[in-house]
Amino acid sequence: MTLALTAAERALLEGSRGPAAAMAMRIVAEAARLMGAESLVEVESAHIDGCLYHGDSGVHFAERLVELGGRVAVPATLNVGALDLLHPGRVRFDPETSRMARRLMAASEALGCKPTWTCAPYQAGHRPRLGAHVAWGESNAVAFVNSVLGARTNRLGDFLDLCCAITARAPRYGLHLDERRRARLVIDARGLSENLRRLDAFYPVLGSFLGAEAGSDVAAILGVPADTDEDRLKALGAAAASTGAVGLFHAVGVTPEAPDLATALGGAEPERRVALTPALLRHARDRLSTAAAGSDGIDAVAVGSPHFSGAEFRALAELARGQRFRVPFYACTGRGVLTEIERAGLLGPLKEAGVEVIVDTCVVVAPILPPEAGVLMTNSGKFAFYAPANTGFATVYGSLRDCVASAVAGRVVRDELLWS
Amino acid sequence: MVLKGRILVAGSAEGPLLRLTAPLSFWGGIDPKTGRVSDPRHPQHGLSIAGTVLALPEPRGSSSSSAVMLELIARGLAPAALLLGEADAILALGIVVAGEMGYGTLPALEVAELERLPEGRVRVSTEGSIEVG
Repeated sequence: MTLALTAAERALLEGSRGPAAAMAMRIVAEAARLMGAESLVEVESAHIDGCLYHGDSGVHFAERLVELGGRVAVPATLNVGALDLLHPGRVRFDPETSRMARRLMAASEALGCKPTWTCAPYQAGHRPRLGAHVAWGESNAVAFVNSVLGARTNRLGDFLDLCCAITARAPRYGLHLDERRRARLVIDARGLSENLRRLDAFYPVLGSFLGAEAGSDVAAILGVPADTDEDRLKALGAAAASTGAVGLFHAVGVTPEAPDLATALGGAEPERRVALTPALLRHARDRLSTAAAGSDGIDAVAVGSPHFSGAEFRALAELARGQRFRVPFYACTGRGVLTEIERAGLLGPLKEAGVEVIVDTCVVVAPILPPEAGVLMTNSGKFAFYAPANTGFATVYGSLRDCVASAVAGRVVRDELLWS
Repeated sequence: MVLKGRILVAGSAEGPLLRLTAPLSFWGGIDPKTGRVSDPRHPQHGLSIAGTVLALPEPRGSSSSSAVMLELIARGLAPAALLLGEADAILALGIVVAGEMGYGTLPALEVAELERLPEGRVRVSTEGSIEVG
């Protein structure tokens, strides 16, 4: 299989738009070759996940592109950085790390990307149309744009998303192709009670189960209520893209490419069917908690992975009204949503209860949690999955209501009846 | 024993086999400052991947794994070679970018029957053969 490039693509390689675009095109073409793609696809937009500091090498890469005159050729939003630029001092990096993290964020902006600094760009106005080819990075954003909006992108690694934005091209394989978007696996959740399937807290657990079960396969899920809102689908996708390499799922009767099971399966028989039983669900839920069973202390609560939406803040404000938290409570969001909740008059009451709003970054990618690691409670499947390795905190998973009740009590308070 | 892999990134290398027995995301799973498996839930938690021929049946998780791979290469803490049960654009891309940046690269192969590979010292050739013993 060989990669065929168009005349315009070959011209880019030869430097028609300068050395940065040529370098970006080399990387896109190499990625296409190694994934067995035969051509590239033109993309309409990009979401870039390379602006989080993981080490100096990533800074040098972005700055190389800037020095070479790089510029994105399609609208491109930026994922989180390692700093809360609106609240300096919240992230406890040493000065050198802070400086490098800031340099990376500055280089990303200098390439023409929009400084959205959010892992939920789809709730910050970046919403590609159904069927659009795009180049998105960040695993939850990929799962959302594919599954909930029906646009098409592979799970692009850091750097490739940026190179795709500069060239307006992506390797044509995988989830860009109709055949690879049909479900091969059916997860049947209809055996679980309707009450359970109508809880917010169900969706991160369903996602964790899905990721572990599906790996990188596309699954169709039966039993997601038709009126399930996009914050729940966001939580589902984020958890699935943490425990597995899920880039696309179909919630039958809910997501745009799955009006019914036959359509989701593309008219073919599934390779596997899995019935999600209450026991399997409880097992998936329990895997999200790593704190020792029997001890009920917590040291902090974190919500907002993916970044909290306006609707999620309204739900939090409702639960937190008139309360006073005994442990630090972090809510991570994008600066667009921060403006929205400020205007809606929610920020004051949230702060009074003890909610600390973090923007542009989040608590599992930057040192924000209390310096002495302890137990972190969260309603996010993604936080629960990544916090132990990234922060040293053990986790306790619960619903948003459980998180608020626990923050008020200063110990774990969970409504176990929800899961019975 | 000799296995044949599909070349994702060409190169030759030699090192002890390190088989990851559970899926792993490099981001959140490997510490780029030490090259060690940092996810406390992973069966190989604490082991260093630096200089090994790393067999990874199922790459998983975050798209930032490319950045962790690039940083491992830049710091000299990368595996000697990467053997993947399925082609993965995310890890291999970190290697491609390392080549562009002049940090050097390492061979990455897609290998259908990774589980057949016995423990021991592994040689990977530029033609994509994998030899043990």
